[in-house]
Amino acid sequence: MTGRTSPLARRRARAAWLFLAPVLAVLVLVAAWPLAATIGLGFTDARLDRPEAPRFVGLANYARFGPDAESWDAERQGYFVYDEANDAMLLYRAAEDAFYDWDTGAPHAGPVDRAALFQWHGILTDPVWWRSVWNTALFTVVSVGLEVALGLVIALALHAHMPGRGLVRAAILIPWAIPTVVSAQMWGWMLHDQVGVVNEILLGLGLIGERLAWTADDATAIWAVVAVDVWKTTPFMALLLLAALQMLPEEVFEAGRLDGVHPLKMFWRVTLPLIRPALMVAVIFRLLDALRVFDLFYLLTSNSDRTLAMSVYARREMIEFQDLGRGSAAATLVFLVIAGFTAAYVALGRMTLEPER
Amino acid sequence: MHRFAYCLVTAALAGAGQAAAATLTLSCTALGAEADLCREAADRWSAETGHTVEIVHPPQSASEQLALYQQLLAAESPDIDVLQIDVIWPGILGPHLLDLSGRVDPDILSAHAPALLAGVQRGDAVLALPWFVDAGVLYYRADLLDQHVYDVPSTWQELTETAAAIQEAERAAGNDRFWGFVWQGRAYEGLTCNALEWIASFGGGTVVDADGSITLANDAAAAALDLAASWVGTISPPGVLNYTEEDARAVFQSGDALFMRNWPYAFALAQGPDSPIAEGVAVAVLPAGGPDGNPAATLGGGLIAVSRYSRHPDEAVALATFLTSPEEQRRRAIAGSYAPTYPDLYGDAELVAAVPFLGLFGDTLASVVARPAAVTGGYYNEVSSIFYGAVHAVLSGAQSGQAALADARAELIRLSRGGSW
Repeated sequence: MTGRTSPLARRRARAAWLFLAPVLAVLVLVAAWPLAATIGLGFTDARLDRPEAPRFVGLANYARFGPDAESWDAERQGYFVYDEANDAMLLYRAAEDAFYDWDTGAPHAGPVDRAALFQWHGILTDPVWWRSVWNTALFTVVSVGLEVALGLVIALALHAHMPGRGLVRAAILIPWAIPTVVSAQMWGWMLHDQVGVVNEILLGLGLIGERLAWTADDATAIWAVVAVDVWKTTPFMALLLLAALQMLPEEVFEAGRLDGVHPLKMFWRVTLPLIRPALMVAVIFRLLDALRVFDLFYLLTSNSDRTLAMSVYARREMIEFQDLGRGSAAATLVFLVIAGFTAAYVALGRMTLEPER
Repeated sequence: MHRFAYCLVTAALAGAGQAAAATLTLSCTALGAEADLCREAADRWSAETGHTVEIVHPPQSASEQLALYQQLLAAESPDIDVLQIDVIWPGILGPHLLDLSGRVDPDILSAHAPALLAGVQRGDAVLALPWFVDAGVLYYRADLLDQHVYDVPSTWQELTETAAAIQEAERAAGNDRFWGFVWQGRAYEGLTCNALEWIASFGGGTVVDADGSITLANDAAAAALDLAASWVGTISPPGVLNYTEEDARAVFQSGDALFMRNWPYAFALAQGPDSPIAEGVAVAVLPAGGPDGNPAATLGGGLIAVSRYSRHPDEAVALATFLTSPEEQRRRAIAGSYAPTYPDLYGDAELVAAVPFLGLFGDTLASVVARPAAVTGGYYNEVSSIFYGAVHAVLSGAQSGQAALADARAELIRLSRGGSW
């Protein structure tokens, strides 16, 4: 581009900005501002039940070494610390690096288990958080992987010319049309250990010896969630891929057939590369969707520390525990993890696309 | 400036208008018959006072309701004047609720059951008025106890033995999916209610006592949890670890369980025309924790509170007082089986004749224990989560009662800075 721009071009640019302004204002209002507010709150000790202005606590919600920031006592100008090994409640003044008895205020004489008192605090050092990240990542990779594989098979089957194709196409969309909350509740009853139909069928077929508590057992709960998500979202994937298949030019396949290319080879070498762009977009949609999963985990699992998803963790801190600061920090981390996943996916996608160009 | 003056004038005019007839917004839940009862009560009050009442219904799930109220109240919104809240919320919503202590007749306050009144007070402040009471009860199959010649258990140990014996006999007779005892074991507030009944009945305290001390870790509480853990997979299905109220009721009402711990709402349903166990179901006070223990039933129920941000505080207090009055509670007991909060009403022979369930429930009311919601204030949900997390770990066999409670105690001490909530 040259350095000089004509007055006309400048006027056009101004007009363009003017027309864009309402949309930008709306975006700032509904997207940027809440996001910024959440990130900002993540650096404070705000609580839902405390109307006073929140205090800035830096990165304490994320990770901080020393006594817990939440145990700060403004009145006594020190931290409350509990020495579990000696069963002693102490006041710790950081400036003096000294301990006092919490009840009497006198300098503390006995031994202190410093190693236990001074630890890492915050979400990044919380094993429950990392468990929830692992649960979410495992859920995302497995369910999106299965949805792509099954969706592709269904799309290829529907692509073949057969009578009643329109009807089948509409029918498979039904699971996708049911709100997730409803299908989660429905599957919750179907997977119920005593009155559920799943156990009834598996018992009848002799596949299991006794009724299994699918959603109560940590080991099976995550697979129950994956199964329900695959049931619900595979049709969506299949339709996106079917749309891509139907856009492909028939000549390519005709040429292949005339050359006598094996159908499997045709799929790997012709079909798959051609629908790749659509596949990449479909996968990224699902990836973003799966990483912020909330309803399935919230409704289907027992919500114990071992079966949380990232969003459920953030909600629990913010709403249930009233800890707005820590909950906002967790929500920010959810955002960062999703952004990281997306960036990695886009980068990897480019890398493999490069040689073909 | 002109604009400001205009605003003042409008406000003054509006104020003058309000003195004559105010429009209040009342939020009450709409489970079962509640919506109609609420509407009728509001209409009667409107007819008496000339004020208008608009009714809104919050979401059905308690945690969603709390989230909604928190959003509205944190924004100091005057949208809701009078609100129905759960018995454990006064501590959480406390800063946003109007103190009713100087505004309601002290005689009316002291007529409520003392355990209920304690739950709505914080220091001298009265944050809400008791509306109806709920408490855990033991459902049992009287027909099966008769058939196998067993008594209604008076201790948890007896319940364990009876359940095991009848479960074995029923299974031998061909009902291979029969279980002895179902309850709520999912890691949620319901497990706190169940576990509080176990440990309180064993004499193990109520997690945090009235002055804020953490009493959780003791031998009696550990023994209670170890007994409960022994039920999972023996007299209770392994899936009980993910059961809520309705899951337990589904098993019990299908005729596949001998005992069930649940709230009173299940009684009407279990006796309903389409219930296969309508003939055999009966209700008793929950068992005690051994020969020297006392039965304990976790207190639940509804309260009526007034928002501090209401534009018509006087009218709102009048409506709250009307809704919780003995006459209105009597009407609700007859029309919807809601248990009154005035002990006097349980002695009302006419009322008990009309609602036989109240006769059974009167005994339970004597043994209620409140969750430590008032004393722990805004930290209650975290306290409850630490507690039910520890209990769930014991039930699933990950930890012994002793070890889990010691860990939970250390967490509670840190959370509360040594019990100063």
